[in-house]
Amino acid sequence: MKKYVRGLAIVGVLTLAVAACGSKPTDDTAGGGANKDFKACMVSDSGGFDDKSFNQTSYEGFQAAVKAKGLTEQKVESKSDNDYPTNMTAMINAKCKVIIAVGFKLEDATDKAAAANPEVKFAIVDSAPPKPIANVKPLGFNTAQSSFQAGYLAAAMSKSGKVGTFGGIKIPPVTIFMDGFAEGVRYYNKQKSKNVQVLGWDDAKQAGLFTGSFEDKAKGQNTGQNLITQGADIIFPVAGPSGLGGLQAAKASAGKVNAIWVDTDGCVSAAEYCSVLISSVKKGMDVAVQDAVTSVVDNKFDNKQFIGTLENGGTALAPFHEFDSKVPAELKTELDQIKADIIGGKIVLESKAQPKAS
Amino acid sequence: MSTDTTTEPAQVPAGPGDQSRRSGLPSWAVQGLVSLSAILLALLVGAVLIIIGDDQVKAALGYFGAAPMDTFSAAFSAVGNAYKALAVGALGGVTPITESLTAATPLICGGLAVSLAFRTGLFNIGAQGQLIVGAILAAWVGFAWHLPPGIHLIAAILAGLVGGAIWGGVVGLLKARTGAHEVIVTIMLNYVAIYLLQWLLTTTTFKRPGREDPISPIVDANAQYPQFGSTRLHVGFFLALAAAAFVWWLLNRSTIGFELRAVGANADASRTAGMSVGRAYFIAMLVAGALAGLAGSQQVLGTDLPLTDGVAASVGFDSITVALLGRGTPLGTVLAGLLFGALNAGGLQMQLQTQTPLTLTTVLQAVIVLFVAAPALVRSVFRFLPKERGVGAVLAKGWNG
Repeated sequence: MKKYVRGLAIVGVLTLAVAACGSKPTDDTAGGGANKDFKACMVSDSGGFDDKSFNQTSYEGFQAAVKAKGLTEQKVESKSDNDYPTNMTAMINAKCKVIIAVGFKLEDATDKAAAANPEVKFAIVDSAPPKPIANVKPLGFNTAQSSFQAGYLAAAMSKSGKVGTFGGIKIPPVTIFMDGFAEGVRYYNKQKSKNVQVLGWDDAKQAGLFTGSFEDKAKGQNTGQNLITQGADIIFPVAGPSGLGGLQAAKASAGKVNAIWVDTDGCVSAAEYCSVLISSVKKGMDVAVQDAVTSVVDNKFDNKQFIGTLENGGTALAPFHEFDSKVPAELKTELDQIKADIIGGKIVLESKAQPKAS
Repeated sequence: MSTDTTTEPAQVPAGPGDQSRRSGLPSWAVQGLVSLSAILLALLVGAVLIIIGDDQVKAALGYFGAAPMDTFSAAFSAVGNAYKALAVGALGGVTPITESLTAATPLICGGLAVSLAFRTGLFNIGAQGQLIVGAILAAWVGFAWHLPPGIHLIAAILAGLVGGAIWGGVVGLLKARTGAHEVIVTIMLNYVAIYLLQWLLTTTTFKRPGREDPISPIVDANAQYPQFGSTRLHVGFFLALAAAAFVWWLLNRSTIGFELRAVGANADASRTAGMSVGRAYFIAMLVAGALAGLAGSQQVLGTDLPLTDGVAASVGFDSITVALLGRGTPLGTVLAGLLFGALNAGGLQMQLQTQTPLTLTTVLQAVIVLFVAAPALVRSVFRFLPKERGVGAVLAKGWNG
């Protein structure tokens, strides 16, 4: 017992020594809170808010709206698919005025809660319900458009004439990136009469390389290495945290292989890999969520489907960062032209995974 | 992982009606005390984690020298609020209690699947895969067939049982015929099941009309377990209790059950005594699979979940800890399942009210099992606990068949 007391005393003294320099802050509850009684809520899917991609980006947008409008926030993380109905009910009981659901898996729970609570507004990320409900706003993203640019960029930057991509799980929010990427490469080949190959995805057959998980980083590294071994010198992992393994594989190649990241600007969210990231395909979930929450506060909510495009900035190619000097000015102009052509309808994408306008 | 295959010491009694109450406390009471102590210790560990993770405590620690009591009061209120929310979320009223029971339902069935195999000397890590296949078949019958009320539900449940039984039976067959180690086979079959599910969800048979996402239609109302009033508690819970009673009967009152336990205690002796060890393995895995399949049916027919790649959540793996905590007995499994169900339901409330991360409940569950599996550790903290004979017998053996 003596031993424990002595240990406690040492810990206590150390803590005192470390902490003695601080001083107690004065109460600073004043300020902010223009709409303190307006409760904005968010339910994650089973990935959790710390997934460095999907849920996290949505949550950042949510927080931005909460901060800007001085709202009260409440969030709840789902541990598994079993939790969606429970969490949705809990949010209704918590008297939320707007509830953001992250992910198509929450759709059934969202629709049910929305039908039963017409006064509460809902928005759901990555979903396009077939029959719109008056108080549910679906937020979709046509990331095929910016992935098209990424494919063109990759094809132009490749020295080996082979670029590669792999996905997490074969679902439309993933394959849409791979579709756009493959189409972009094909467009480059047509324009420049080249023959750059895409490894890891055949958009005509809708078949390719998947890690089978969004969490398994080691699997992502293997899969990325697999593409590199086959000769790809630019890889495009669409697998959330699992895709980080792909970046690891690229970084291990010591400059021979580079990558393009997805969802967020990789140089910000995964800064340690910035040296191998030519660019990123941004999916503007943060902006869309922020707008959705803000619209409810401002009484401007509508249930019209939001589709993030190159035109409205809901998806975009991120800055080149460290590659800014390595990407030829001519290529930059071509990418801008592609963006204009996609917006203007001169380039029409074929991907079936694109969200359909309602 | 002990490979000790000597006779099962002190015969772990099944249910309350055992005969070992001669000296001091009956052994089930000792086991109960150890389990309770383990839970208490786990809550203490959890409290430390809550304090470490709490922002207010961190803030108060920043000026610890100026106002040390702030740190302690922040720590106490953080722990107090979190555990209060946990308790209220699990037990505080009709809705929380029914939520706890709903969450416990598949855990009990899955836990029984693992327990039954344990008692036969098999370590069934495959509850997850068996549950997934059960859920696939149950959901398919639920949304693709259209039958009158009553019959449809029974058909869907049977489909779930058959699906799980096939997935478990294969393991038993391989073990009996070829000696393939059930741990390896079940782990691998878990992968096969999840990839099978992911693939099926890309086919038109399983995809919801008008949707590109991997999500199935919801099962017909006729095929859903009837729910009680406006709660999410459904008849499946009572099926789980019935399943526990069945397993108890099977193990303790039937001839087959005697063989299963004999094989579990000492396979070589059983063989010498003229029992078919292979048959016992096959039957145990078949029934265990069916029990896991029942849990799968509860996932898709009980709480109006569509079939997605996450339909099994981690129920199959949590079942292993439930069975460990339940000491491989049906009654223990039911109680452990109820505890874990309550922790799950309460954990959601705890997160909602105090923003304590959900992973804390997972840590609690893990630490509880850790302490239960190491009774000596618990006894070194709580000196008053009596020595238990044969403690951990089920836990320490059976891992290697």
